[in-house]
Amino acid sequence: MSDTQEMVKQLVDAHGSERTNLMAILQGVVDQERYLSDEAITEIARQLDLSAAQVYGTASFYSFLDTVPRGKYVIRVCRTITCDMKGKRQIIKTLENLLKVNIGDTSADKKFTLLETNCLGWCHKGPVMLINDNAYTDLTPEKVKEIITDIKHHS
Amino acid sequence: MAENKQLKRVDIIFSEECGFKEILSDALKMDNEKIVDELLNSGLRGRGGAGFPTGMKWKFTAQEKGDERFIICNADEGEPGTFKDREILFKVPYKVFGGMAVGAKVIGAKEGYIYLRGEYKFLLNDLQKHLDEFHKTLDALDFDFRIHIVTGAGAYICGEESALFESMEGKRGEPRNKPPYPTVSGYKGKPTVINNVETLVYAFMICRLGSEKFKELGTDDSRGSKVFSVSGDTPIAGIYELELGMPLQDFVDEFGDGDTKAVQVGGAAGFCVPRKKFKDTVIGFEGVPTGGSMMVFNSSRSMFNVIHNYLEFFEEESCGQCTPCRVGCQQLLLGVEAVKRGDKSIDYLDELLKLSQTMKLTSKCGLGQSVANSFSSIVDNFREEMIY
Repeated sequence: MSDTQEMVKQLVDAHGSERTNLMAILQGVVDQERYLSDEAITEIARQLDLSAAQVYGTASFYSFLDTVPRGKYVIRVCRTITCDMKGKRQIIKTLENLLKVNIGDTSADKKFTLLETNCLGWCHKGPVMLINDNAYTDLTPEKVKEIITDIKHHS
Repeated sequence: MAENKQLKRVDIIFSEECGFKEILSDALKMDNEKIVDELLNSGLRGRGGAGFPTGMKWKFTAQEKGDERFIICNADEGEPGTFKDREILFKVPYKVFGGMAVGAKVIGAKEGYIYLRGEYKFLLNDLQKHLDEFHKTLDALDFDFRIHIVTGAGAYICGEESALFESMEGKRGEPRNKPPYPTVSGYKGKPTVINNVETLVYAFMICRLGSEKFKELGTDDSRGSKVFSVSGDTPIAGIYELELGMPLQDFVDEFGDGDTKAVQVGGAAGFCVPRKKFKDTVIGFEGVPTGGSMMVFNSSRSMFNVIHNYLEFFEEESCGQCTPCRVGCQQLLLGVEAVKRGDKSIDYLDELLKLSQTMKLTSKCGLGQSVANSFSSIVDNFREEMIY
């Protein structure tokens, strides 16, 4: 059994093999690999007795279910007007300089992916970003530098 | 600033001293009809934005035939400018669970679900711990009901109830045709009650306060209070529980920075109210309703940037299923950009306004239907800013 088959099997065992469990299984793969490879999608389809098109159709609908490779740390900066008003653009510029990437790209060492996303639900504490599942609020360029330096040291 | 007219603060949602277990055990002993009557009499309407009477939802679902039925908590809070459900789930999750249990008793559900947006996944571990405790409480009360938490994955449209069911069923989050409504055919085609996080807490607290007490707050059309998420150009951004039916002027006097030009009420899907209309605008179902989002803009802000931001949002979040919404969002965005660049004349804005009205009439779900709200209220009131 390949690693991917093993991973999918464990997720199916944990969540169940009904189609109602599909979202949880897709999210489980993304948690581990940060994206859904073709191999993962076809394996999920096989184990859930669905067509690969059905699985891909569901996966490609959701912005957090990536179907292209992402870095170990996926950074999503809130692009809503209220975060914009509080200095979102400076935060993005800081991140682009620190990580040497443009919005939408993954760093050469495959460690970071920088994305924008819609309202994260922290409008009173903007600008805000998610790094994987964790929210970072009241951002300033200095704070962003500390957060990124911290991650680089600990990984 | 008018300190003398301070808006009434209410403390129902976050109040810790509610005697949670007592309310729960009392409510679970109450007659189902009595609970529904209390909710109907309270005038409680859904706090997610659409405002359907909660008591009716419960009543209709309870009347449906069939063994299996569900109660779902809609925690897919994605409307730009809204963040109150996150705070409620963080601070008083047990009240949300309590509301679900009472609802489950009324409609006869054995299973409930919380659909938590993917952006709030960091809440999951704590929420699950609280839920495990809550299940023990239910067991002690000998009440057969279990809640499961499922998470979304970054799709605004899944806050639309039928899209949420599709997502839970492992499909693309594309809204269904209505009718049938969820009370008849919801999750897995079974009768389903789906309520917003805040609505469930109010339903639970009405079991303790009584409907008469709840009705003392608010107006005839908008009973009770509501949790508001205040952001933008305000010195005191945050979460406030206020009485419904306030004039927007009073809100601005208290929350504005002294230079407020406009307030976007109800998020990107809501309405933009300009300064000259603050006095005549009531916040509530009889005036401008809101799921809680109040974005304040001062005179340094370009309203073109605001509508451009909202249109980018809608263009990305449209599920793409129906043409008016999919193509309409794209064309509105391209259209305002063209007018701003000077490639199209001012009159082109009227064509775009017509397009937004067509979207309102012909889109399949609330997303496409509501784009015209912010679009026409911003373009009509700040036309010159779209050009210069």
